[in-house]
Amino acid sequence: MNFEFSSEQNLLRDQAKSFLADKSPLRVARQVLEGESSHDAELWRSIAAMGWTATTIPEKYHGLGLGQLELCVIAEELGRALSPVPFSSSVYMATEALLLGGSEAQKEALLGKLAQGEAIGCMALAEQAGSLSPNSIQSTVSTGKLTGTKLMVADGDLADFAVVLAKSGDDCSLYLVDLNGDGVERETVATMDPSRSHARISFTAAEADLLGTAGDGFQLLAGVLDHAAVLYAFEQVAGAEACLDMAKEYALQRYAFGRPIASYQALKHRMAQMYVACVLARSNCYYGAWALSTRAAELPVAAATARVSATQAFKMCAEENIQIHGGMGFTWEFDCHLYYRRHKLLAVNIGSESFWKDRLITRIEAQKAAA
Amino acid sequence: MDFNDTQQEADFRQEARRWLEENAPKMADVKATDPIERAQAWQMMKYQAGWACLRWPKEYGGRGASAVESSIFSEEEGRVSVPVGAFTIGQGMAAPTMMQYASEEQKKQYLPRLASGEDIWCQLFSEPAGGSDLAALTTRSVRDGDDWVINGQKIWTSGAHYSDYGIMVTRSDPTVPKHKGLTYFFLDMKSAGIEIKPIKQISGDSNFNEVYFTDVRIPDSQRLGKVGEGWAVSMTTLMNERAAIAGGGPGLLSFEGAYALASELQIDDAPATQDRAVRNQLADWYCKESGLKYTFARTQSALSRGDTPGPENSIGKLVSAKKSQEIASFCIDLMEMVGASLSPEAGPYGGQFQNAYMGSPGGRIAGGSDEIMMNIIAERVLGLPQDIRVDKEVPFNEIPTGNK
Ligand SMILES: Cc1cc2nc3c(=O)[nH]c(=O)nc-3n(C[C@H](O)[C@H](O)[C@H](O)COP(=O)(O)OP(=O)(O)OC[C@H]3O[C@@H](n4cnc5c(N)ncnc54)[C@H](O)[C@@H]3O)c2cc1C
Repeated sequence: MNFEFSSEQNLLRDQAKSFLADKSPLRVARQVLEGESSHDAELWRSIAAMGWTATTIPEKYHGLGLGQLELCVIAEELGRALSPVPFSSSVYMATEALLLGGSEAQKEALLGKLAQGEAIGCMALAEQAGSLSPNSIQSTVSTGKLTGTKLMVADGDLADFAVVLAKSGDDCSLYLVDLNGDGVERETVATMDPSRSHARISFTAAEADLLGTAGDGFQLLAGVLDHAAVLYAFEQVAGAEACLDMAKEYALQRYAFGRPIASYQALKHRMAQMYVACVLARSNCYYGAWALSTRAAELPVAAATARVSATQAFKMCAEENIQIHGGMGFTWEFDCHLYYRRHKLLAVNIGSESFWKDRLITRIEAQKAAA
Repeated sequence: MDFNDTQQEADFRQEARRWLEENAPKMADVKATDPIERAQAWQMMKYQAGWACLRWPKEYGGRGASAVESSIFSEEEGRVSVPVGAFTIGQGMAAPTMMQYASEEQKKQYLPRLASGEDIWCQLFSEPAGGSDLAALTTRSVRDGDDWVINGQKIWTSGAHYSDYGIMVTRSDPTVPKHKGLTYFFLDMKSAGIEIKPIKQISGDSNFNEVYFTDVRIPDSQRLGKVGEGWAVSMTTLMNERAAIAGGGPGLLSFEGAYALASELQIDDAPATQDRAVRNQLADWYCKESGLKYTFARTQSALSRGDTPGPENSIGKLVSAKKSQEIASFCIDLMEMVGASLSPEAGPYGGQFQNAYMGSPGGRIAGGSDEIMMNIIAERVLGLPQDIRVDKEVPFNEIPTGNK
């Protein structure tokens, strides 16, 4: 048993930390949030140059062939920095979808470009508010042509291709669609967190290439989401810890009634609770990371546990961080809202806390039935 | 990162499991019916075979095993049905304090009898005037030749009525600030001048007591730590206490316990486990338990280096005490209109959740209340300022006291 990252992985963490401190301070997230661009293209190029986009792609597809633990380390640091890049869409999801379900030809065509950061992939899933289920999907593929509209596609306006969930007959499948091809119209949409770009995409008889087995769309998607859940959880737990640090620093230097507000028990106890939530989430993340890296049978349970725990921690810490900052926390100028926005975005864009809790119990029930 | 057993750990687990499977059934032959005597019988079996207090050195009755091995054994022991007993205070709190402060001769004399379960110890810390504010205690110790003479009163002393020995903090000097005038001892609970009176708890049980001291003599050789340094010794005990009581594995008030109940009850003519609100609540507890389990696993490496458990142990007790109370309450709600019944018709668990609910407030108070735990985290882990204190530098006998 060994519950820590290795010294090589910690070295990678230190590198990532200082790289992002230099290239992606919060100011960079704020620039994208306040500006017109969809992401920081320069930062994206440097991230690709560091090889982060190639982390888990096997060497035969021109990747680095490193493990999932290395990716977890990177996810954590990107989450802390709120880096405005399409990393989660392209790496946690599109790359993973190809690795899990891609044919040899599909992998050959795309993985090399993904590794270099030359191609950016995204996932196009939801079509309406409410939970994602076969009945909520209207997009249809017939004779290789996709028609339908997808909402809130993360990085959909800048990505080169999308992994799209659509119906063919009664069942759903995943398809690869070139977003620069014919029959694709995309429009950037206003969101709660403009530091990460989202689009509405309408497909009209766009060329669609089946990914994985026909009719197994939800099953393949479950695998991709489990993978993404662990990495999202690392981003979330780091975001939560960043909020706690901010709150603590502010509370120590802000005085009210003749003493630092950090000396009032109401705030001390609130920060103690924030700390507890962070520790529980971090420990669950480590379990998720281990399950991911070994493709352990426990992965479905471990991923859901990490995801729920980290969503809870980030929510509590982002909300209370504003509270502890008082009026300053409610200003545009202070950075509290950057985390508050990101927490809510991450909390829903691969399924809500309640969705993952239900999934968790379903999976525990499956374990019990198998035992 | 590897959550699986290493080969060595797997071998150890195998060995432990084999011994447990062979020996646990022998408890059927033990005639005693008293739960403490049964627990002592099991403890003795473990001791004789080298499976008691695994992390202690062999010469004190342990096995010299690592922290990881010790928790592997606990996990395996949790799978077999054996009586658990009144050893938490003696083995989990008194022993680590003795290891650090007692003489070699005393360690050889007392520790093996703690490991074997022959001796049961209690903790004489809290007083009517000193609970959360332990250093406000007033029980006096006065030096007299080779002895100390003790007068005063302790309260909430769990198991005092069946204990052989006790650890206690006393005030040896009331004229210096409160934390500086304390001295720590261990003593024989059969000493002349000790009177024990049971206290009835909200559950109706009486597990804790008032303990009165009238001219009780303790030899100076039973002092742990220097005169006036009892506070530091107490901290060793309390840090170990928080580790010892932080647990909360499978049991009634756990995810598994709640899931088992929910699968036997119905909501709108379907198993309660199918109800979305119930599932959400169950998932919440599962995530907390899992988080605690892996937090424990992460701190184990620190423990295996022989470190004193740090303030992070406060998390375990804080989270699990509140969770237990919530689970008990939720499970009673699931029983709806018969939920408050303590009779067999209350469903498959016949009053167990109800009784557990009556016991659960104690967990949030004993061993440092929720509020004290949050203070510890805020101050010692996060480095936030201490609460403003009016008592710290003042001589103890000049500190204002309220209505105590
Ligand atoms: C089941 C049980 C078993 C026990 N067994 C033992 C035993 O074996 N040996 C032993 O020595 N003691 C034992 N205790 C005593 C226990 O340690 C004390 O009850 C506990 O420390 C609280 O002290 P108190 O009861 O005096 O409450 P108080 O200290 O009077 O606390 C009352 C309330 O005030 C809050 N409070 C106090 N100080 C602060 C502060 N600074 N900031 C914020 N809130 C504060 C508390 O959190 C609590 O909510 C046991 C208690 C219980 C319930």
